[in-house]
Amino acid sequence: MKQVLEGSMAISDGVRMAEPLVISAYPITPQTHIVEHLSQMVADGDLKAEFIMVESEHSAASVVLGASACGVRTYTATASQGLLYMEEVVYNIAGMRLPVVMTVANRAVSAPINIWNDMQDAMAVRDTGAIMLVAENNQEAYDMHIQAFKIAENQDVMLPVIVNVDGFVLTHTFEVVETIDSIEKVREYLPPLNMEYKLDVENPYSFGTLGEPSVYMEARYNLYNAMNFSRNVIIDAAKEFKDMFGRFYGGLTDSYKMDDAQTVIVAMGSVLGTIKDAVDELREAGKKIGVLKIRSFRPFPEEEIVAALKNVKNVIVIEKAICPGKGGILSVEIRDSLLKHKINSVSVNGYTLGLGGRDITPKNIHDLVARAEKEENVDGEFVGLSQQYL
Amino acid sequence: MDFKVGIIAMPGAALSNKTGSFANETPVFKHKTCTGCNLCIYFCPEGVVYGDKKTKIYDYDSDYCKGCGICAEECPVDDIEMVLVEK
Amino acid sequence: MLTKEETHNELFTMGHTGCSGCAQSMSVKMIMEILGKNTIATNATGCLEVFSTRWPESSWKIPWIHSLFENSAAVASGVEAALKAMGKKDGITVLAQGGDGGTADIGLQSLSGMFERNHDVLYVCYDNGAYMNTGYQRSGLTPFDAYTTTSPSGKESFGNQRPKKYMPEIAMAHRIPYTAVASAGYPMDLQKKVKKAKSITGAKYLQVDVPCVPGWKYEPKYSVKLAQLAVQTGLYPLFEAEYDKIISVKKISKKVPVEEYLKLQGRFKHLFKDDAGRAEIEKIQKIADENIERFGLI
Repeated sequence: MKQVLEGSMAISDGVRMAEPLVISAYPITPQTHIVEHLSQMVADGDLKAEFIMVESEHSAASVVLGASACGVRTYTATASQGLLYMEEVVYNIAGMRLPVVMTVANRAVSAPINIWNDMQDAMAVRDTGAIMLVAENNQEAYDMHIQAFKIAENQDVMLPVIVNVDGFVLTHTFEVVETIDSIEKVREYLPPLNMEYKLDVENPYSFGTLGEPSVYMEARYNLYNAMNFSRNVIIDAAKEFKDMFGRFYGGLTDSYKMDDAQTVIVAMGSVLGTIKDAVDELREAGKKIGVLKIRSFRPFPEEEIVAALKNVKNVIVIEKAICPGKGGILSVEIRDSLLKHKINSVSVNGYTLGLGGRDITPKNIHDLVARAEKEENVDGEFVGLSQQYL
Repeated sequence: MDFKVGIIAMPGAALSNKTGSFANETPVFKHKTCTGCNLCIYFCPEGVVYGDKKTKIYDYDSDYCKGCGICAEECPVDDIEMVLVEK
Repeated sequence: MLTKEETHNELFTMGHTGCSGCAQSMSVKMIMEILGKNTIATNATGCLEVFSTRWPESSWKIPWIHSLFENSAAVASGVEAALKAMGKKDGITVLAQGGDGGTADIGLQSLSGMFERNHDVLYVCYDNGAYMNTGYQRSGLTPFDAYTTTSPSGKESFGNQRPKKYMPEIAMAHRIPYTAVASAGYPMDLQKKVKKAKSITGAKYLQVDVPCVPGWKYEPKYSVKLAQLAVQTGLYPLFEAEYDKIISVKKISKKVPVEEYLKLQGRFKHLFKDDAGRAEIEKIQKIADENIERFGLI
């Protein structure tokens, strides 16, 4: 059914279709609408779940950890400071190989305090062992949440999945979203969670034991391997979703007008909409330009990136996060992927835009395309600064 | 044990760890004045003291006893004695 | 009385690497005896977690989970919620455990949340009065004038200069159905309180005084004696409360001067050097006397 839905409504409805049994959250802008909708669904009996409204994000993540260890499907959502506050728990959930799904309504990190969108919060948890997907629009956010549970719960993955959605830009914006009418069809796509090891009085295992130097590395290696393996699972989950529900956004990446492109813009999340509009205009003006969308940031889609970019001249990476003391994050990883495959003919230019909710405009894109032809391997340069505050 | 999904331990697997090697002293149950009060069982931090309900004969599991001496200290009738372990 | 085979079947088994004379392992054993096999336990990081679950070993024969230092109560909330959601809560006790640091310091927030939401969880705080697992650093429950490695005694100090945080009253302030204080030195009393806690639906808090051999610096054989002296001096009042009302106290059978308790422990030995130390012992006596008065222990 096609509906005009706020991003948060679409996300909460996607979560509802996955039928989690325990949801726990702590309110933080811009995640609030998601958990408000979910708690209303529980209050109305539209979702049969225990909704635990806790006293902090640390506890929200801990509650879903405990519940997930009992073998039930769980969900939480947060943003920004909240994500940083739960970071140690996210590491723990991943290390304990629990298939928790969480939404991060991406938001800038303090200080200065700022409630608006960028992706710095996500970058702070990129090494936790959580799979990190990024949605471009409300429809993809809806679909991606259903896929996320399937990916997390795969027996050879068993890792938490973070679905990143741009705060406000998606969470508070209304778009047309086609929702799935049949819960039976979702159940067919996403069978009930079946965990081999769980907290169960009939089979009383001990979880979260002390891993001494003789076993710690192996435990981490197994997690690392599972993350690598999840690449196939993410792709399969997207394909299977397409077969059942008709919608597809690529596997780990997606390409737009890439066929003969000499210049490619790489980005994640909602900014891709603006980028695609600008690329349409540039294409009309005869420019050979395309877009590579990163749908899965962790695991990193190295092979797809190399295949897509090895024959182009210029890559422009638009990033809403920065690594102080180094530069770009996504751009560095893309450059590294190419160099690892001995491709040094491509100039990868990383630019930092849109921090703390600053608009990224079509003009920004046009300017960067013009610049990139003259520049080489820019490393996270800030674009559009006001000179008066520097 | 399947190691692949986090490091999970089997119930009671610690029994394979014979902590009796910790002990410098071990108890001797003299059975001279024993009243069968069971305090030695209650207070054993390891749970290694056992006995026979009918005969009221107590003993301890030397595989695990760490030799803390609480049983002897707490015995209300001084019927347990700690002796040095010959190593 | 158990046979040798039966001792090997206890829910908290021997083979753990707790110190010789550990009163915490003694208490866990007593508690598990009452709670039985239909129990799911969570554990904060700390001594108990480390000495009972060194992979691949585990002393637990009940489902048990350790996550982090400060979230034992929150993980237990999640376990309880999952059991409810599955319709399997009936007949299963959810036990959350932590040391005094994991409970009253870093874990206080998540514990307060669990209390306030009134999850059907029994939280047990094993109070040995310092961060023993990391090497005897001061916690919020370290008693007045105790030496720890971060509240050392010296020319300018008699050790920890703050009184012990009164954690049971913090629990009671949440108006949870049951709060109790017990001691490893009084097994019947401890087990009676566990039994009662088990029978009550809602959040329960049980704090157990567990002397620590290396942290308090005494001979292992004195664990029980010290636990009993803490009660008999008035320094560790044992009581039960329902909601915000104290409903019973364990009376002191024969009041013992605090000196008898302090002198057995290395962590107080700096008080026995000179007159200034004697004056400090008087202050500790005053704490005990105030407890006796306040709780009506005699």
